[in-house]
Amino acid sequence: MQQLLFFLFAAICVAGAINLLAQRHPISSALSLIVVMGSLAVIYLLLGAEFVAAIQLIVYAGAIMVLFVFVIMLLNAGEEERTPGSRVAWLFGYPAVAILAGLLTWVFLHGGRQVAGAVPLGGPLAASAGSLESAADAGTAVNIGRLLFHDFLLPFEVTSVLVLIAIMGAVVLARRGEE
Amino acid sequence: MSEFAIYVAIAIVKIVVLVVLLLTGVAYTVWLERKLVGHIQNRWGPTRVGPFGLLQPLADGLKLIFKEDLVPPHVYRPLYILAPMLSLALALTSISVIPFGNSITIAGRAIPLQITDVNIGLLVILGVTSIGVYGVALSGWSSNSKYSLLGGLRASAQMVSYEVALGLSLVGVLILSGTFSLRGIVEAQAGGVLHWNIFGGFQFVAFFIYLCAAFAETNRTPFDLPEAETELVAGYHTEYSSMKYAMFMMAEYANMITVGCLASLLFLGGWSGPVPAFLPAWAQALMPVFWFSLRIFLFLCLYIWVRGTLPRFRYDQLMAFGWKVLLPLALANIVVTSLVVGLRA
Amino acid sequence: MVPLSYYLVLGAVLFSCGVVGFLFKRNLIAIFLSIELMLNGVNLSFVAFAAHWHRLSGQVFVFFVMVVAAAEAAVGLAIIIAVYRTRETLNVDKVNLLKL
Repeated sequence: MQQLLFFLFAAICVAGAINLLAQRHPISSALSLIVVMGSLAVIYLLLGAEFVAAIQLIVYAGAIMVLFVFVIMLLNAGEEERTPGSRVAWLFGYPAVAILAGLLTWVFLHGGRQVAGAVPLGGPLAASAGSLESAADAGTAVNIGRLLFHDFLLPFEVTSVLVLIAIMGAVVLARRGEE
Repeated sequence: MSEFAIYVAIAIVKIVVLVVLLLTGVAYTVWLERKLVGHIQNRWGPTRVGPFGLLQPLADGLKLIFKEDLVPPHVYRPLYILAPMLSLALALTSISVIPFGNSITIAGRAIPLQITDVNIGLLVILGVTSIGVYGVALSGWSSNSKYSLLGGLRASAQMVSYEVALGLSLVGVLILSGTFSLRGIVEAQAGGVLHWNIFGGFQFVAFFIYLCAAFAETNRTPFDLPEAETELVAGYHTEYSSMKYAMFMMAEYANMITVGCLASLLFLGGWSGPVPAFLPAWAQALMPVFWFSLRIFLFLCLYIWVRGTLPRFRYDQLMAFGWKVLLPLALANIVVTSLVVGLRA
Repeated sequence: MVPLSYYLVLGAVLFSCGVVGFLFKRNLIAIFLSIELMLNGVNLSFVAFAAHWHRLSGQVFVFFVMVVAAAEAAVGLAIIIAVYRTRETLNVDKVNLLKL
């Protein structure tokens, strides 16, 4: 059952990613990315990360992508033009996806003892992910909150400063030049 | 039959029952609104179709089904057809984590009156609300008309802004209850009226913020500028007719009902109420559902009362209110609640 | 059960689609979307490893990645709006000079 769900939603993810590359109008690319994020949220649930799945839907698919869709609707810049240069670029583009993905897949699936150097990737990677976990490391909000506010307190505070700077930057940039 | 098959069968029955009840509730909420707004405006509202106009929703439904489904030629078809379906699907999905009562025992098996009790129930509802913005934004975009686009953009900006205040107002309740699970939050308020989060938990500020944010999220007066007739023809659903328009309206009223359910669960003690002991066992199990429905009904009357009474906000007043008033108020509520809970422990 | 490597392969596929989109797309917003796709692929790897080694630090990292992605999206889109206002185009081949 878990395998069936994983393969179904992995197929939807990959289809969405390829569609993002293939579409010319940015709104279609944005919608494909939303589909990718939705299926990733389901895969996170399969991995036992329920809080992260909910946050992915609320923050990533529900706020960040809304921002993208807004800007696309506001600017209404239209489709990409098909210049001869872009056609040649895409002649190399799709094979590049296949080569890059194929290389990484080979490394992960067959053990990269020769490629990755001293770290044997094959053995531990073949064990299953998402197996039964004890209550201490279930992906609930309580456990993540505990980690966030004890071990990761400094990164947490620094990221809040980062968000503040981003807000100020966005406000300054979006203002029309009044001076 | 295996345990899994029985579980799936019970879940399907619950889903069917809830969807039917919800859609009937939506239809009669429209009737209630027309009657109440009519009386507020010193007129009758629907009276002709059936006693007190009670068959009016049936007549409306039939009319909408038989109306011509006009698809203008200039729209972007895939999104045009997808947007109302998305709105309605999401509005119906959020009902799946809402508990209606404790549990009833059928054939020796205790069935909880909730489709599924995930322990992130509240986050599921917030997530569904976040994705619901797309129904509005995409319908405005795909309709390819200036009224729709402006209405869609305004509505999505409003919904995203008030989502922040909505989420933060719920954090006070979460601090008091310690869990995201909706059933857990109701159980933390057990013990009578004084234990409700709004009274005993002193979350009345959070309740006020939640009310305002919920009005804005469901695009209801006084925050209904995006669909105001005098301003934008009909905003993001200008170019829709017949069943697609009906889907938008159903989604709006279903969202109202969901918001009422949430307010009852989080602030007003859920389904607590006196259960008289002389009733048979099945009626005793259904009494909490009655008390819950009573709260939802009163909430809907509040919604409709506000609609009939208040004028609408201008768009910049609306955004200023959301960001400059509700957000700081919600943050202050979180700080005070956490201080009190921390000092009490 | 699904082995860990399958999740990593999926993350790798998403990441490579993002890289290629970043290099070959001509629309500024599409390039931005490819960056978000790369970040999503990496998030998946984080969560998969968190599940594999039974440590929640991976999920906390995903939290931080999302916050940084949000901040970057906000500022980046503001920059894109500013670029569109001055140059009237979103094609990177045409906005490759500092001179207008």
